[in-house]
Amino acid sequence: MVDASTSAHGDLTLKNLTKRFGDFVAVDDLDLVIPEGSFFALLGPSGCGKTTTLRMVAGLEEPSSGSIFIGNTDITYEKPYKRPVNTVFQNYALFPHLTIYENVAFGLRRRGVKDVDAQVQKALELVELTHLSSRKPNQLSGGQQQRIALARAIVNRPALLLLDEPLGALDLKLRRAMQIELKWIQTEVGITFVHVTHDQEEAMTMADTIAVMNEGKIEQMGSPADLYDNPRTSFVANFLGQSNLIKGSIVDASGDNKVVDIFGTKIALPAARNHAHDSSVLLGIRPEKIRIQPAGTSMNGNILTGGVISDASYIGVSTQYQVEMTWGQELMVFEQNDDGTPPLAKGDAVTISWEPIFTFGLAGDQDANAGSEANPDSE
Amino acid sequence: MNQLTRWFSRNLIRIYAFLGFTYLFLPIIYTFVFSFNNSTKSNLVWVGFTWNNWLNPCGAPDVCNALGNSLKIGVLATFFATLLGTLMAFAMGRYAFRGRSIVNILIFLPMATPEIVMGASLLTMFISFGFNPGFWTIVIAHVMFCISFVVVTVKARIASLDPRLEQAAMDLYADERQTFRRVTLPLVAPGIAAAALLAFSLSFDDFIITNFNSGDVNTFPKFVYISAQRGLPPQANVIGSSMFLIALIIVLFGQFVGRRRAGVR
Repeated sequence: MVDASTSAHGDLTLKNLTKRFGDFVAVDDLDLVIPEGSFFALLGPSGCGKTTTLRMVAGLEEPSSGSIFIGNTDITYEKPYKRPVNTVFQNYALFPHLTIYENVAFGLRRRGVKDVDAQVQKALELVELTHLSSRKPNQLSGGQQQRIALARAIVNRPALLLLDEPLGALDLKLRRAMQIELKWIQTEVGITFVHVTHDQEEAMTMADTIAVMNEGKIEQMGSPADLYDNPRTSFVANFLGQSNLIKGSIVDASGDNKVVDIFGTKIALPAARNHAHDSSVLLGIRPEKIRIQPAGTSMNGNILTGGVISDASYIGVSTQYQVEMTWGQELMVFEQNDDGTPPLAKGDAVTISWEPIFTFGLAGDQDANAGSEANPDSE
Repeated sequence: MNQLTRWFSRNLIRIYAFLGFTYLFLPIIYTFVFSFNNSTKSNLVWVGFTWNNWLNPCGAPDVCNALGNSLKIGVLATFFATLLGTLMAFAMGRYAFRGRSIVNILIFLPMATPEIVMGASLLTMFISFGFNPGFWTIVIAHVMFCISFVVVTVKARIASLDPRLEQAAMDLYADERQTFRRVTLPLVAPGIAAAALLAFSLSFDDFIITNFNSGDVNTFPKFVYISAQRGLPPQANVIGSSMFLIALIIVLFGQFVGRRRAGVR
C-alpha cells in the first residue's frame, strides 16, 4: 500500500475547488497552483474563504466539489492523518496534557518513526527552545507556544506546511520578529509554506507569492511588489496598502502611454498597467508616490493643479495630507519629511504630481471603495 | 469600647466564616468524637474514651457485612454508570442526531424525580418482571440513578474541550482511535474521574431507593437506619468517620496532583 502521508511530493494544485455551507459559497471554483518549496500567502479579509481553503487542504473540511493534488497524488478525500500536510493552528492547539517534548514528538510517534529523540531535539534547536522540553504548554509565553506549534509541525517534514493566522495572537513587536524568523526557517527547511492571513504587511514581509482572496475567489496573484505596484482590481488596490482611485476616461489609446482625461486634465497611464476593458477607467496612484508643492511651483510628470489641503497630520517619518481637488474628491498624499522644508498647512493651495510610470488603471465599473473597509489597517 | 468595635469590624468576616464552618462541621466532629465512645449498646451518652471501636470496627453484629455489600454495590454501580454515562455524554456532546434535545431533557428526569417515587416504582417493576429484590436489583437501581449525574458531569467537560486539539492530533497522523486514546480521553479523564467519585458516593449513600429494592440484603445505610431504632453501635461512627477521612484524602490528593499537572509551583 502506498502511503500518501510520506510519498506525495510536488506542487499543490487546487482544481475547481468549491465549498458551500448551505446557500453560502465560502470557496468558489478555486483554481490554484502553489509551486513546491515556495512561501505562499493567501491574503484576504475575514470570511473571504481563505481559512476554509486551508482546512480543505489539511483534510479538516470536505470540499463540495473540485479536487486537491500534491504532485500527482489526489488527496481530495484523504483522511487528515494520511496527508503529507501539517498545520500550525491559529491558537496553536498544543496538547495541554503533554510536555513540550511529547507535543513535538507526537507526529513522529504516530508514524512509528525511529530516532524520535534526535529529530525532536533538532526541531527544538531550530526554534531555539531546547531548554523548555520538559515544560507543559501553559507554562510558556505566547511567542514560545507559537514556536513549539511550528516545531511540532516541521519535525514531520511534510510536503506542505499550513499556517493559519500564525502570528495573530502575538503583540506587534514579537510579530515582526517572528515574521523574519518564519521566513528564515522556511528557507532553512525548504518546505512549501502556505500561510493564511488578513494582515497585508505580514503577507508582504514573508511570502514569495501572494494570492489576494475575496468572497471565495482569488482577485489577483503575484509577487508582493507586483500586487502593490500593479493591482488589477480596486479590491487589491485598497486592501494592499492604500490607493487614490479617480474616475476618468481614455481619450487616446494609441501609444505606450494611454492618455486619460480626469476632470479636464490629461494624465499618462502606461499601457502595461491598464486593466480597464473599455475607455471608462479608474485611475490609481499610491499616496506615497505623489509629490506635493505649493500652488504655482513648476513640476514634471502627471500634474494635477487646484488642490487645497483639507487635513495635514505630521507622523514623524512623513506627513500625511488630504488634498481636496477641484471636483470635490479628497486625495491622500504621503510626503517624506526629508527635504528640510516645513510641512504645508491646512488650507494651503497646492499642486501635486507623480511619475507616469506609477499610474495604474482599473476597469471603470469597479467600486472605488472595495476592500478599503476590509483592511484592518484603515480601521 | 472604640477599640473593640474596630477589632470586631476588622474580623467580622472571620467570625462569620468561623460560625459557618462550625455549623457545617459540628455534626461531623460529633460523629468522629463518639466513634471513641466506650459504649456497648446505645451510643447516645458519653461513657469514656477507648480505641477499641477503631481497633475492631467489625465488632458490632452485621456491620461489616452491610459495609461490604455497600462497597461492592458502589463499585459495580460506579463502573457501569460511569461507562454508560461517559459513552452517552460523548454521543450527546459530540454528535448532532435527531431527538438530541429530547434526550437532554430525559437525562434530567431521574435527577428531578423524588427518590421515594422512583424506589417504589422500581420495586413494582422488578416484581412484575419476576425479579426477586436483592443484590442485583440494588445494582441496577443504582446504575440507573447514577447515570444522569455522570452524563451531566462528563458532558460539561467535553463541552469545554477545544475541538482544534483533536483536529491537531488528526493532522499529526493520529487516526480516530489514536486521537481518542492520546488526546480526547486524557483531556476528558478528570471529568470522568469526578463523575465516578460522584456516582460512588451517591450509590454508597443511598437509602430510600435501596430500601425498596434490597429484599433481605443489608447495606450500610440500611444497617444504620435499622440499628438507630435500637441504638447505634459506635462502630457505625467509626465507619462513617473513616469514609469521611478517605474522601478528604482523595480530595486533597486530587488537588495536589491537579496542581502539579497544571505546573503551579
